[in-house]
Amino acid sequence: MDDLYRDHILDHYKDPRNYGPMDDPDVSAEGQNPLCGDQLSIDLKVHDGTIADIRFHGRGCAISQAATSMLTEMVMGRPVDEVAALGREDIVEEVGIPLSPVRLKCALLGLGTLKVALHRHLGTPLPEGWAGMDEVDWR
Amino acid sequence: MSPFDVHAVRADFPIFARQVNGYPLAYLDSASTAQKPRAVIDSMVQLYETSYANVHRGVYTLGQESTALYEAARETVRAFLGASSTREIIFTRDATEALNLVAYSYGRANLGPGDVIVSTELEHHSNLVPWQVLARETGATLRFIHIDDHGSLMLEELDEIAAAGNVKLLAVVDQSNSLGTRVPVRTLADWVHGQGGVLVVDGAQSAPHRPIDVGALGADFFAFSGHKLCGPSGAGGLYGRRELLEAMPPFLTGGEMIRSVRLERTSWNELPWKFEAGTPAIAEVIGMGAAIEYLTRIGLDAIHEHEAGITRYCLERLDEVPGVRVLGPEDPAERGGVVSFTLEGVHPHDVAEILDSVAVCVRAGHHCTQPVMERLGVPATTRASFYLYTLPEEIDRLVEGLHRVRRTFRL
Ligand SMILES: Cc1ncc(COP(=O)(O)O)c(C=O)c1O
Repeated sequence: MDDLYRDHILDHYKDPRNYGPMDDPDVSAEGQNPLCGDQLSIDLKVHDGTIADIRFHGRGCAISQAATSMLTEMVMGRPVDEVAALGREDIVEEVGIPLSPVRLKCALLGLGTLKVALHRHLGTPLPEGWAGMDEVDWR
Repeated sequence: MSPFDVHAVRADFPIFARQVNGYPLAYLDSASTAQKPRAVIDSMVQLYETSYANVHRGVYTLGQESTALYEAARETVRAFLGASSTREIIFTRDATEALNLVAYSYGRANLGPGDVIVSTELEHHSNLVPWQVLARETGATLRFIHIDDHGSLMLEELDEIAAAGNVKLLAVVDQSNSLGTRVPVRTLADWVHGQGGVLVVDGAQSAPHRPIDVGALGADFFAFSGHKLCGPSGAGGLYGRRELLEAMPPFLTGGEMIRSVRLERTSWNELPWKFEAGTPAIAEVIGMGAAIEYLTRIGLDAIHEHEAGITRYCLERLDEVPGVRVLGPEDPAERGGVVSFTLEGVHPHDVAEILDSVAVCVRAGHHCTQPVMERLGVPATTRASFYLYTLPEEIDRLVEGLHRVRRTFRL
Protein backbone atom coordinates (compact mmCIF):
# COMPACT_ATOMS: atom_id res chain seq x y z
CA MET A 1 0.00 0.00 0.00
CA ASP A 2 2.82 2.39 0.86
CA ASP A 3 4.27 1.25 -2.45
CA LEU A 4 1.23 2.56 -4.21
CA TYR A 5 1.07 6.07 -2.87
CA ARG A 6 4.65 7.06 -3.55
CA ASP A 7 5.68 10.69 -3.73
CA HIS A 8 5.58 10.96 -7.51
CA ILE A 9 2.02 9.56 -7.60
CA LEU A 10 0.80 11.97 -4.94
CA ASP A 11 2.62 14.82 -6.64
CA HIS A 12 0.87 14.21 -9.96
CA TYR A 13 -2.45 13.62 -8.19
CA LYS A 14 -2.35 16.86 -6.22
CA ASP A 15 -0.78 18.91 -8.96
CA PRO A 16 -1.86 17.34 -12.23
CA ARG A 17 0.03 18.54 -15.32
CA ASN A 18 -1.81 19.76 -18.40
CA TYR A 19 -5.06 19.81 -16.47
CA GLY A 20 -8.26 21.59 -17.45
CA PRO A 21 -10.46 22.02 -20.48
CA MET A 22 -9.06 23.19 -23.83
CA ASP A 23 -10.54 25.77 -26.18
CA ASP A 24 -11.13 24.51 -29.66
CA PRO A 25 -9.54 21.07 -29.51
CA ASP A 26 -8.92 19.24 -32.78
CA VAL A 27 -10.13 16.02 -31.25
CA SER A 28 -11.49 14.88 -27.87
CA ALA A 29 -12.60 11.72 -26.13
CA GLU A 30 -14.21 10.74 -22.88
CA GLY A 31 -13.48 7.64 -20.89
CA GLN A 32 -15.08 6.08 -17.84
CA ASN A 33 -14.29 3.43 -15.36
CA PRO A 34 -17.63 1.76 -14.65
CA LEU A 35 -16.27 0.26 -11.44
CA CYS A 36 -15.67 3.62 -9.79
CA GLY A 37 -17.90 5.87 -11.86
CA ASP A 38 -14.81 7.87 -12.77
CA GLN A 39 -14.88 10.12 -15.79
CA LEU A 40 -12.08 11.52 -17.84
CA SER A 41 -11.95 13.88 -20.81
CA ILE A 42 -8.91 14.31 -23.01
CA ASP A 43 -8.56 17.14 -25.54
CA LEU A 44 -5.85 17.35 -28.20
CA LYS A 45 -4.43 19.73 -30.72
CA VAL A 46 -2.65 18.03 -33.59
CA HIS A 47 -0.22 19.81 -35.98
CA ASP A 48 1.65 18.09 -38.80
CA GLY A 49 1.02 14.66 -37.36
CA THR A 50 2.32 15.47 -33.88
CA ILE A 51 0.55 16.15 -30.62
CA ALA A 52 0.92 19.91 -30.27
CA ASP A 53 -1.08 20.15 -27.05
CA ILE A 54 -2.90 17.78 -24.74
CA ARG A 55 -5.09 18.52 -21.72
CA PHE A 56 -7.26 16.37 -19.52
CA HIS A 57 -9.89 16.85 -16.85
CA GLY A 58 -12.28 14.73 -14.89
CA ARG A 59 -12.59 12.93 -11.60
CA GLY A 60 -10.85 9.83 -10.50
CA CYS A 61 -8.67 8.10 -7.98
CA ALA A 62 -5.04 8.99 -7.33
CA ILE A 63 -3.80 6.26 -9.65
CA SER A 64 -5.97 7.18 -12.64
CA GLN A 65 -5.33 10.90 -12.22
CA ALA A 66 -1.58 10.55 -11.72
CA ALA A 67 -1.20 8.09 -14.59
CA THR A 68 -3.08 10.40 -16.93
CA SER A 69 -1.04 13.39 -15.82
CA MET A 70 2.18 11.46 -16.50
CA LEU A 71 0.80 10.29 -19.82
CA THR A 72 0.23 13.86 -20.99
CA GLU A 73 3.87 14.72 -20.25
CA MET A 74 5.00 11.56 -21.96
CA VAL A 75 3.20 12.21 -25.26
CA MET A 76 3.41 15.97 -25.62
CA GLY A 77 5.11 16.83 -28.93
CA ARG A 78 5.32 13.23 -30.11
CA PRO A 79 4.01 11.88 -33.46
CA VAL A 80 0.39 10.75 -33.36
CA ASP A 81 1.02 7.34 -34.95
CA GLU A 82 3.79 6.60 -32.46
CA VAL A 83 1.58 7.52 -29.50
CA ALA A 84 -1.36 5.56 -30.94
CA ALA A 85 0.87 2.50 -30.84
CA LEU A 86 1.77 2.83 -27.13
CA GLY A 87 1.05 -0.31 -25.15
CA ARG A 88 -0.09 -1.00 -21.63
CA GLU A 89 3.47 -1.76 -20.56
CA ASP A 90 4.60 1.74 -21.52
CA ILE A 91 2.26 3.40 -19.09
CA VAL A 92 2.72 0.74 -16.41
CA GLU A 93 6.46 1.35 -16.56
CA GLU A 94 6.00 5.10 -16.40
CA VAL A 95 3.71 4.85 -13.39
CA GLY A 96 6.32 2.67 -11.73
CA ILE A 97 4.31 1.12 -8.90
CA PRO A 98 2.98 -2.41 -8.40
CA LEU A 99 -0.62 -2.55 -9.65
CA SER A 100 -3.31 -5.08 -8.76
CA PRO A 101 -5.68 -6.00 -11.63
CA VAL A 102 -8.25 -3.52 -10.28
CA ARG A 103 -5.75 -0.67 -10.07
CA LEU A 104 -4.35 -1.55 -13.50
CA LYS A 105 -7.74 -0.53 -14.93
CA CYS A 106 -7.36 2.82 -13.16
CA ALA A 107 -3.85 3.30 -14.50
CA LEU A 108 -4.94 2.52 -18.06
CA LEU A 109 -8.00 4.77 -18.17
CA GLY A 110 -5.98 7.73 -19.51
CA LEU A 111 -4.18 5.74 -22.20
CA GLY A 112 -7.41 4.06 -23.33
CA THR A 113 -9.17 7.40 -23.59
CA LEU A 114 -6.23 8.91 -25.47
CA LYS A 115 -6.31 6.00 -27.90
CA VAL A 116 -9.98 6.61 -28.60
CA ALA A 117 -9.15 10.24 -29.42
CA LEU A 118 -6.16 9.41 -31.60
CA HIS A 119 -7.88 6.68 -33.60
CA ARG A 120 -10.85 8.96 -34.04
CA HIS A 121 -8.45 11.57 -35.39
CA LEU A 122 -6.71 9.07 -37.66
CA GLY A 123 -9.99 7.53 -38.78
CA THR A 124 -8.71 4.08 -37.82
CA PRO A 125 -10.52 1.52 -35.70
CA LEU A 126 -9.61 1.08 -32.05
CA PRO A 127 -7.15 -1.83 -31.80
CA GLU A 128 -8.30 -5.09 -30.35
CA GLY A 129 -8.13 -5.23 -26.58
CA TRP A 130 -9.03 -1.57 -26.20
CA ALA A 131 -12.66 -1.89 -27.17
CA GLY A 132 -14.96 -0.92 -24.34
CA MET A 133 -12.76 2.10 -23.73
CA ASP A 134 -14.95 3.75 -26.30
CA GLU A 135 -17.68 6.08 -25.23
CA VAL A 136 -20.85 4.88 -23.55
CA ASP A 137 -23.50 3.55 -25.84
CA TRP A 138 -26.74 4.61 -24.10
CA ARG A 139 -29.39 1.97 -24.41
CA MET B 1 -25.18 -1.54 24.50
CA SER B 2 -26.13 -4.47 22.32
CA PRO B 3 -29.23 -6.59 23.03
CA PHE B 4 -27.21 -9.78 22.49
CA ASP B 5 -23.65 -10.99 22.95
CA VAL B 6 -21.93 -9.87 19.76
CA HIS B 7 -18.76 -11.80 20.54
CA ALA B 8 -20.79 -15.00 20.84
CA VAL B 9 -22.40 -14.22 17.48
CA ARG B 10 -19.00 -13.66 15.93
CA ALA B 11 -17.86 -17.03 17.15
CA ASP B 12 -20.57 -18.50 14.91
CA PHE B 13 -18.86 -17.08 11.81
CA PRO B 14 -15.73 -19.04 10.86
CA ILE B 15 -14.43 -16.25 8.63
CA PHE B 16 -13.69 -14.01 11.58
CA ALA B 17 -10.75 -16.27 12.42
CA ARG B 18 -9.14 -14.91 9.27
CA GLN B 19 -6.49 -12.21 9.23
CA VAL B 20 -5.76 -9.92 6.32
CA ASN B 21 -2.41 -8.16 6.06
CA GLY B 22 -1.73 -9.29 9.60
CA TYR B 23 -4.86 -7.72 11.06
CA PRO B 24 -8.12 -9.35 12.16
CA LEU B 25 -10.89 -8.79 9.70
CA ALA B 26 -13.11 -5.70 10.13
CA TYR B 27 -15.80 -6.59 7.64
CA LEU B 28 -17.84 -3.43 7.02
CA ASP B 29 -19.42 -4.40 3.70
CA SER B 30 -22.47 -6.40 4.68
CA ALA B 31 -24.78 -4.30 2.51
CA SER B 32 -22.95 -5.84 -0.41
CA THR B 33 -23.06 -9.36 0.94
CA ALA B 34 -23.12 -10.84 4.44
CA GLN B 35 -20.75 -13.38 5.97
CA LYS B 36 -22.02 -16.90 6.73
CA PRO B 37 -22.53 -18.54 10.10
CA ARG B 38 -21.49 -22.12 10.71
CA ALA B 39 -25.16 -23.18 10.78
CA VAL B 40 -25.59 -22.17 7.15
CA ILE B 41 -22.39 -23.81 5.98
CA ASP B 42 -23.26 -26.98 7.91
CA SER B 43 -26.77 -27.16 6.49
CA MET B 44 -25.37 -27.29 2.98
CA VAL B 45 -22.56 -29.69 3.77
CA GLN B 46 -24.99 -31.97 5.54
CA LEU B 47 -27.37 -31.94 2.61
CA TYR B 48 -24.62 -32.88 0.19
CA GLU B 49 -23.22 -35.51 2.50
CA THR B 50 -26.47 -37.19 3.48
CA SER B 51 -29.58 -36.30 1.48
CA TYR B 52 -28.80 -34.65 -1.82
CA ALA B 53 -30.92 -35.48 -4.85
CA ASN B 54 -33.12 -33.51 -7.20
CA VAL B 55 -36.35 -32.12 -5.77
CA HIS B 56 -39.96 -32.91 -6.74
CA ARG B 57 -38.92 -35.85 -8.87
CA GLY B 58 -37.45 -38.80 -7.07
CA VAL B 59 -39.64 -41.39 -5.43
CA TYR B 60 -36.60 -42.65 -3.62
CA THR B 61 -35.60 -41.65 -0.11
CA LEU B 62 -32.96 -39.05 -0.99
CA GLY B 63 -35.27 -37.24 -3.37
CA GLN B 64 -37.96 -37.13 -0.72
CA GLU B 65 -35.56 -35.81 1.90
CA SER B 66 -34.18 -33.11 -0.39
CA THR B 67 -37.69 -32.09 -1.36
CA ALA B 68 -38.80 -31.94 2.26
CA LEU B 69 -35.82 -29.73 3.20
CA TYR B 70 -36.33 -27.51 0.17
CA GLU B 71 -40.01 -27.02 0.89
CA ALA B 72 -39.31 -26.50 4.60
CA ALA B 73 -37.16 -23.54 3.56
CA ARG B 74 -40.20 -22.14 1.75
CA GLU B 75 -42.20 -22.31 4.96
CA THR B 76 -39.32 -20.59 6.78
CA VAL B 77 -39.35 -17.76 4.24
CA ARG B 78 -43.14 -17.50 4.40
CA ALA B 79 -43.05 -17.02 8.16
CA PHE B 80 -40.09 -14.63 7.87
CA LEU B 81 -42.00 -12.33 5.50
CA GLY B 82 -45.39 -12.73 7.16
CA ALA B 83 -46.99 -14.11 3.99
CA SER B 84 -50.21 -16.07 4.36
CA SER B 85 -49.32 -19.02 2.13
CA THR B 86 -46.19 -20.76 0.84
CA ARG B 87 -47.82 -20.50 -2.59
CA GLU B 88 -46.88 -16.84 -2.46
CA ILE B 89 -43.15 -17.57 -2.03
CA ILE B 90 -41.13 -18.11 -5.19
CA PHE B 91 -37.48 -18.98 -5.02
CA THR B 92 -35.24 -17.03 -7.37
CA ARG B 93 -31.52 -16.58 -7.77
CA ASP B 94 -31.58 -13.21 -5.98
CA ALA B 95 -33.44 -9.91 -5.73
CA THR B 96 -32.42 -9.01 -9.26
CA GLU B 97 -34.10 -12.09 -10.70
CA ALA B 98 -37.16 -11.56 -8.50
CA LEU B 99 -37.58 -8.01 -9.78
CA ASN B 100 -37.06 -9.12 -13.36
CA LEU B 101 -39.68 -11.82 -12.86
CA VAL B 102 -42.22 -9.16 -11.90
CA ALA B 103 -41.20 -6.87 -14.76
CA TYR B 104 -41.38 -9.60 -17.38
CA SER B 105 -44.28 -11.65 -16.17
CA TYR B 106 -46.58 -9.17 -14.45
CA GLY B 107 -45.39 -6.16 -16.43
CA ARG B 108 -45.78 -7.53 -19.93
CA ALA B 109 -49.22 -8.94 -19.17
CA ASN B 110 -50.59 -5.84 -17.45
CA LEU B 111 -48.98 -2.73 -18.89
CA GLY B 112 -49.43 -1.00 -22.20
CA PRO B 113 -49.12 2.33 -23.97
CA GLY B 114 -50.23 5.25 -21.83
CA ASP B 115 -49.75 3.39 -18.54
CA VAL B 116 -47.39 4.85 -15.98
CA ILE B 117 -44.69 3.05 -14.00
CA VAL B 118 -43.41 5.04 -11.05
CA SER B 119 -40.02 4.49 -9.50
CA THR B 120 -37.56 6.65 -7.58
CA GLU B 121 -34.19 8.29 -7.93
CA LEU B 122 -32.97 6.20 -5.00
CA GLU B 123 -33.12 2.80 -6.66
CA HIS B 124 -30.41 0.21 -7.09
CA HIS B 125 -29.92 -0.43 -10.81
CA SER B 126 -31.69 -3.78 -10.26
CA ASN B 127 -34.93 -1.97 -9.49
CA LEU B 128 -34.50 0.58 -12.24
CA VAL B 129 -33.22 -1.05 -15.41
CA PRO B 130 -35.98 -3.74 -15.60
CA TRP B 131 -38.59 -0.95 -15.51
CA GLN B 132 -36.77 1.03 -18.18
CA VAL B 133 -36.82 -2.02 -20.41
CA LEU B 134 -40.46 -2.76 -19.60
CA ALA B 135 -41.47 0.83 -20.40
CA ARG B 136 -39.64 0.70 -23.70
CA GLU B 137 -41.22 -2.61 -24.69
CA THR B 138 -44.79 -1.88 -23.64
CA GLY B 139 -44.97 1.81 -24.50
CA ALA B 140 -45.61 2.66 -20.85
CA THR B 141 -44.15 5.83 -19.36
CA LEU B 142 -41.63 5.80 -16.52
CA ARG B 143 -41.88 8.58 -13.92
CA PHE B 144 -39.73 9.22 -10.87
CA ILE B 145 -39.99 10.45 -7.34
CA HIS B 146 -36.80 12.44 -6.85
CA ILE B 147 -34.65 12.79 -3.74
CA ASP B 148 -33.64 15.86 -1.79
CA ASP B 149 -30.10 16.82 -0.76
CA HIS B 150 -30.19 14.28 2.06
CA GLY B 151 -31.37 11.43 -0.11
CA SER B 152 -34.97 11.40 1.13
CA LEU B 153 -37.82 10.95 -1.32
CA MET B 154 -39.74 14.13 -2.12
CA LEU B 155 -43.20 12.71 -1.57
CA GLU B 156 -44.80 16.02 -2.52
CA GLU B 157 -44.13 15.01 -6.14
CA LEU B 158 -46.77 12.29 -5.82
CA ASP B 159 -49.59 14.78 -6.34
CA GLU B 160 -48.36 15.78 -9.73
CA ILE B 161 -47.86 12.17 -10.76
CA ALA B 162 -51.37 11.30 -9.53
CA ALA B 163 -52.85 14.24 -11.40
CA ALA B 164 -51.43 12.93 -14.66
CA GLY B 165 -53.11 9.57 -13.89
CA ASN B 166 -52.77 6.01 -15.26
CA VAL B 167 -50.38 4.83 -12.54
CA LYS B 168 -50.22 1.04 -12.75
CA LEU B 169 -47.14 0.15 -10.76
CA LEU B 170 -44.79 1.66 -8.21
CA ALA B 171 -41.38 0.06 -7.72
CA VAL B 172 -39.50 1.27 -4.68
CA VAL B 173 -36.61 0.28 -2.47
CA ASP B 174 -37.41 -0.32 1.22
CA GLN B 175 -33.97 0.83 2.32
CA SER B 176 -31.35 2.41 0.09
CA ASN B 177 -28.13 0.44 -0.27
CA SER B 178 -26.00 3.47 -1.04
CA LEU B 179 -27.27 5.96 1.56
CA GLY B 180 -29.14 3.81 4.05
CA THR B 181 -32.30 5.89 3.64
CA ARG B 182 -35.41 4.17 4.96
CA VAL B 183 -38.36 4.77 2.70
CA PRO B 184 -41.92 5.26 4.01
CA VAL B 185 -43.19 2.27 2.07
CA ARG B 186 -46.55 2.06 3.85
CA THR B 187 -47.42 5.60 2.75
CA LEU B 188 -46.44 4.75 -0.81
CA ALA B 189 -48.49 1.54 -0.69
CA ASP B 190 -51.62 3.47 0.24
CA TRP B 191 -50.90 6.00 -2.45
CA VAL B 192 -50.37 3.53 -5.29
CA HIS B 193 -53.32 1.39 -4.24
CA GLY B 194 -55.41 4.55 -4.30
CA GLN B 195 -54.27 4.98 -7.90
CA GLY B 196 -55.34 1.42 -8.71
CA GLY B 197 -51.74 0.26 -9.12
CA VAL B 198 -49.57 -2.39 -7.49
CA LEU B 199 -46.56 -1.95 -5.24
CA VAL B 200 -43.25 -3.69 -5.90
CA VAL B 201 -40.82 -3.47 -2.97
CA ASP B 202 -37.11 -4.07 -3.31
CA GLY B 203 -36.38 -5.53 0.10
CA ALA B 204 -32.77 -6.53 -0.58
CA GLN B 205 -31.54 -4.17 2.17
CA SER B 206 -34.43 -4.36 4.60
CA ALA B 207 -35.21 -8.07 4.93
CA PRO B 208 -31.78 -8.86 6.43
CA HIS B 209 -32.01 -6.14 9.06
CA ARG B 210 -35.47 -5.79 10.56
CA PRO B 211 -38.75 -7.69 10.83
CA ILE B 212 -40.78 -7.69 7.64
CA ASP B 213 -44.50 -8.19 7.30
CA VAL B 214 -45.50 -7.92 3.67
CA GLY B 215 -49.15 -7.43 4.60
CA ALA B 216 -48.48 -4.59 7.02
CA LEU B 217 -46.11 -3.06 4.48
CA GLY B 218 -48.78 -3.15 1.77
CA ALA B 219 -46.44 -4.88 -0.67
CA ASP B 220 -47.96 -6.70 -3.64
CA PHE B 221 -44.50 -7.99 -4.52
CA PHE B 222 -41.42 -8.11 -2.29
CA ALA B 223 -37.97 -9.12 -3.56
CA PHE B 224 -34.94 -10.12 -1.50
CA SER B 225 -31.55 -11.85 -1.75
CA GLY B 226 -30.45 -14.70 0.50
CA HIS B 227 -26.77 -13.79 0.38
CA LYS B 228 -27.40 -10.47 2.13
CA LEU B 229 -29.04 -12.22 5.07
CA CYS B 230 -26.21 -14.65 5.81
CA GLY B 231 -27.33 -17.26 3.29
CA PRO B 232 -25.31 -18.49 0.32
CA SER B 233 -25.22 -16.60 -2.95
CA GLY B 234 -27.48 -18.07 -5.63
CA ALA B 235 -30.76 -18.12 -3.70
CA GLY B 236 -33.27 -15.37 -3.07
CA GLY B 237 -36.96 -14.94 -3.29
CA LEU B 238 -40.05 -13.14 -4.35
CA TYR B 239 -43.23 -12.76 -2.37
CA GLY B 240 -46.22 -12.09 -4.61
CA ARG B 241 -49.85 -11.66 -3.67
CA ARG B 242 -51.61 -14.86 -4.64
CA GLU B 243 -54.31 -13.43 -6.97
CA LEU B 244 -51.63 -11.57 -8.89
CA LEU B 245 -49.36 -14.60 -9.20
CA GLU B 246 -52.26 -16.84 -10.25
CA ALA B 247 -53.12 -14.52 -13.11
CA MET B 248 -49.55 -14.02 -14.31
CA PRO B 249 -48.00 -16.00 -17.15
CA PRO B 250 -44.80 -17.88 -16.26
CA PHE B 251 -41.43 -16.17 -16.45
CA LEU B 252 -39.04 -18.94 -17.48
CA THR B 253 -40.46 -22.09 -19.01
CA GLY B 254 -39.24 -25.68 -19.12
CA GLY B 255 -39.17 -28.53 -16.64
CA GLU B 256 -40.66 -28.39 -13.17
CA MET B 257 -43.04 -25.51 -13.92
CA ILE B 258 -45.41 -27.64 -16.02
CA ARG B 259 -48.41 -29.80 -15.24
CA SER B 260 -48.78 -31.54 -18.54
CA VAL B 261 -46.98 -31.17 -21.81
CA ARG B 262 -48.13 -32.15 -25.27
CA LEU B 263 -45.98 -31.49 -28.28
CA GLU B 264 -47.78 -28.27 -29.08
CA ARG B 265 -49.09 -27.00 -25.76
CA THR B 266 -48.55 -27.14 -22.06
CA SER B 267 -50.49 -26.47 -18.93
CA TRP B 268 -48.68 -24.74 -16.11
CA ASN B 269 -47.94 -26.17 -12.74
CA GLU B 270 -49.64 -24.61 -9.73
CA LEU B 271 -48.11 -21.92 -7.54
CA PRO B 272 -45.35 -21.48 -6.62
CA TRP B 273 -43.71 -24.03 -8.93
CA LYS B 274 -45.19 -22.33 -11.99
CA PHE B 275 -42.41 -19.78 -11.50
CA GLU B 276 -39.59 -22.21 -10.75
CA ALA B 277 -38.52 -23.67 -14.07
CA GLY B 278 -35.62 -26.08 -14.11
CA THR B 279 -33.59 -27.55 -11.27
CA PRO B 280 -33.46 -24.95 -8.53
CA ALA B 281 -30.50 -23.97 -6.37
CA ILE B 282 -31.37 -26.75 -3.93
CA ALA B 283 -28.54 -26.48 -1.42
CA GLU B 284 -28.56 -22.68 -1.59
CA VAL B 285 -32.28 -22.49 -0.85
CA ILE B 286 -31.81 -24.85 2.10
CA GLY B 287 -28.85 -22.75 3.26
CA MET B 288 -30.98 -19.63 3.00
CA GLY B 289 -33.60 -21.31 5.17
CA ALA B 290 -30.90 -22.10 7.75
CA ALA B 291 -29.76 -18.46 7.63
CA ILE B 292 -33.27 -17.17 8.29
CA GLU B 293 -33.67 -19.58 11.17
CA TYR B 294 -30.37 -18.38 12.58
CA LEU B 295 -31.38 -14.71 12.32
CA THR B 296 -34.80 -15.45 13.74
CA ARG B 297 -33.26 -17.15 16.77
CA ILE B 298 -31.29 -14.00 17.54
CA GLY B 299 -34.30 -11.87 16.65
CA LEU B 300 -34.67 -9.33 13.87
CA ASP B 301 -35.73 -6.66 16.35
CA ALA B 302 -32.55 -7.24 18.34
CA ILE B 303 -30.42 -7.19 15.20
CA HIS B 304 -32.01 -3.94 14.19
CA GLU B 305 -31.40 -2.41 17.59
CA HIS B 306 -27.77 -3.53 17.56
CA GLU B 307 -27.16 -2.00 14.14
CA ALA B 308 -28.87 1.24 15.14
CA GLY B 309 -26.39 1.54 18.04
CA ILE B 310 -23.41 0.85 15.77
CA THR B 311 -24.69 3.34 13.20
CA ARG B 312 -25.08 6.10 15.79
CA TYR B 313 -21.60 5.40 17.09
CA CYS B 314 -20.16 5.47 13.58
CA LEU B 315 -21.82 8.80 12.77
CA GLU B 316 -20.46 10.25 16.00
CA ARG B 317 -16.93 9.03 15.41
CA LEU B 318 -16.81 10.10 11.77
CA ASP B 319 -17.63 13.59 12.95
CA GLU B 320 -14.10 13.73 14.41
CA VAL B 321 -12.35 13.11 11.11
CA PRO B 322 -11.54 16.33 9.25
CA GLY B 323 -12.86 16.42 5.69
CA VAL B 324 -15.46 13.69 6.11
CA ARG B 325 -18.89 14.46 4.67
CA VAL B 326 -21.58 11.92 5.50
CA LEU B 327 -24.31 11.53 2.89
CA GLY B 328 -27.89 10.49 3.47
CA PRO B 329 -30.53 11.23 6.09
CA GLU B 330 -29.58 13.53 8.96
CA ASP B 331 -31.96 11.86 11.38
CA PRO B 332 -30.39 8.51 12.38
CA ALA B 333 -33.92 7.08 12.78
CA GLU B 334 -34.37 7.42 9.02
CA ARG B 335 -31.20 5.46 8.32
CA GLY B 336 -30.46 1.75 8.35
CA GLY B 337 -27.00 0.33 9.10
CA VAL B 338 -25.27 2.05 6.23
CA VAL B 339 -22.96 5.08 6.30
CA SER B 340 -21.79 6.51 3.00
CA PHE B 341 -19.26 9.30 3.07
CA THR B 342 -16.64 11.20 1.16
CA LEU B 343 -13.24 12.31 2.43
CA GLU B 344 -12.13 15.61 0.99
CA GLY B 345 -9.06 15.34 -1.22
CA VAL B 346 -9.08 11.55 -1.50
CA HIS B 347 -11.00 9.43 -3.95
CA PRO B 348 -13.11 6.65 -2.35
CA HIS B 349 -11.17 4.04 -4.27
CA ASP B 350 -7.96 5.19 -2.58
CA VAL B 351 -9.70 5.33 0.81
CA ALA B 352 -10.81 1.70 0.42
CA GLU B 353 -7.38 0.58 -0.72
CA ILE B 354 -5.62 2.11 2.27
CA LEU B 355 -8.29 0.78 4.66
CA ASP B 356 -7.74 -2.69 3.22
CA SER B 357 -4.09 -2.50 4.21
CA VAL B 358 -5.33 -2.60 7.83
CA ALA B 359 -8.03 -5.21 7.01
CA VAL B 360 -10.94 -2.77 7.17
CA CYS B 361 -13.25 -3.86 4.32
CA VAL B 362 -15.42 -1.10 2.91
CA ARG B 363 -16.97 -0.57 -0.47
CA ALA B 364 -15.96 2.28 -2.75
CA GLY B 365 -17.86 3.27 -5.86
CA HIS B 366 -21.33 4.21 -6.97
CA HIS B 367 -22.91 1.12 -5.34
CA CYS B 368 -25.05 0.44 -8.43
CA THR B 369 -26.90 3.70 -7.80
CA GLN B 370 -25.41 6.06 -10.35
CA PRO B 371 -28.45 8.40 -10.35
CA VAL B 372 -28.04 8.91 -6.59
CA MET B 373 -24.37 9.82 -7.03
CA GLU B 374 -25.22 12.23 -9.80
CA ARG B 375 -27.95 13.87 -7.76
CA LEU B 376 -25.68 14.37 -4.76
CA GLY B 377 -22.84 15.61 -6.96
CA VAL B 378 -20.26 12.97 -6.08
CA PRO B 379 -18.65 10.48 -8.47
CA ALA B 380 -18.51 7.81 -5.80
CA THR B 381 -18.56 7.32 -2.05
CA THR B 382 -16.93 5.13 0.55
CA ARG B 383 -19.56 3.02 2.28
CA ALA B 384 -19.37 1.23 5.61
CA SER B 385 -22.28 -1.09 6.37
CA PHE B 386 -23.07 -3.10 9.45
CA TYR B 387 -24.69 -6.30 10.60
CA LEU B 388 -25.32 -8.39 13.67
CA TYR B 389 -21.61 -9.20 13.99
CA THR B 390 -20.28 -5.63 13.79
CA LEU B 391 -18.30 -4.43 16.80
CA PRO B 392 -17.81 -0.84 17.98
CA GLU B 393 -14.06 -1.60 17.88
CA GLU B 394 -14.39 -2.06 14.15
CA ILE B 395 -15.75 1.47 13.89
CA ASP B 396 -12.72 2.64 15.87
CA ARG B 397 -10.49 0.86 13.36
CA LEU B 398 -12.36 2.51 10.50
CA VAL B 399 -11.74 5.91 12.07
CA GLU B 400 -8.06 5.15 12.74
CA GLY B 401 -7.82 3.95 9.16
CA LEU B 402 -9.22 7.23 7.89
CA HIS B 403 -6.58 9.13 9.84
CA ARG B 404 -4.03 6.90 8.16
CA VAL B 405 -5.53 7.75 4.77
CA ARG B 406 -5.15 11.44 5.56
CA ARG B 407 -1.52 10.94 6.60
CA THR B 408 -0.77 8.95 3.45
CA PHE B 409 -2.20 11.77 1.36
CA ARG B 410 -0.34 14.36 3.48
CA LEU B 411 -3.57 16.06 4.49
C1 LIG C 1 -31.27 -2.24 -2.74
C2 LIG C 1 -30.78 -3.37 -3.56
N1 LIG C 1 -31.55 -3.88 -4.52
C3 LIG C 1 -31.15 -4.92 -5.26
C4 LIG C 1 -29.91 -5.47 -5.11
C5 LIG C 1 -29.50 -6.60 -5.98
O1 LIG C 1 -29.21 -7.70 -5.25
P1 LIG C 1 -28.66 -9.01 -5.98
O2 LIG C 1 -27.40 -8.59 -6.66
O3 LIG C 1 -28.42 -9.94 -4.86
O4 LIG C 1 -29.72 -9.43 -6.91
C6 LIG C 1 -29.05 -4.97 -4.14
C7 LIG C 1 -27.69 -5.50 -3.98
O5 LIG C 1 -26.74 -4.78 -3.75
C8 LIG C 1 -29.50 -3.89 -3.35
O6 LIG C 1 -28.72 -3.38 -2.40
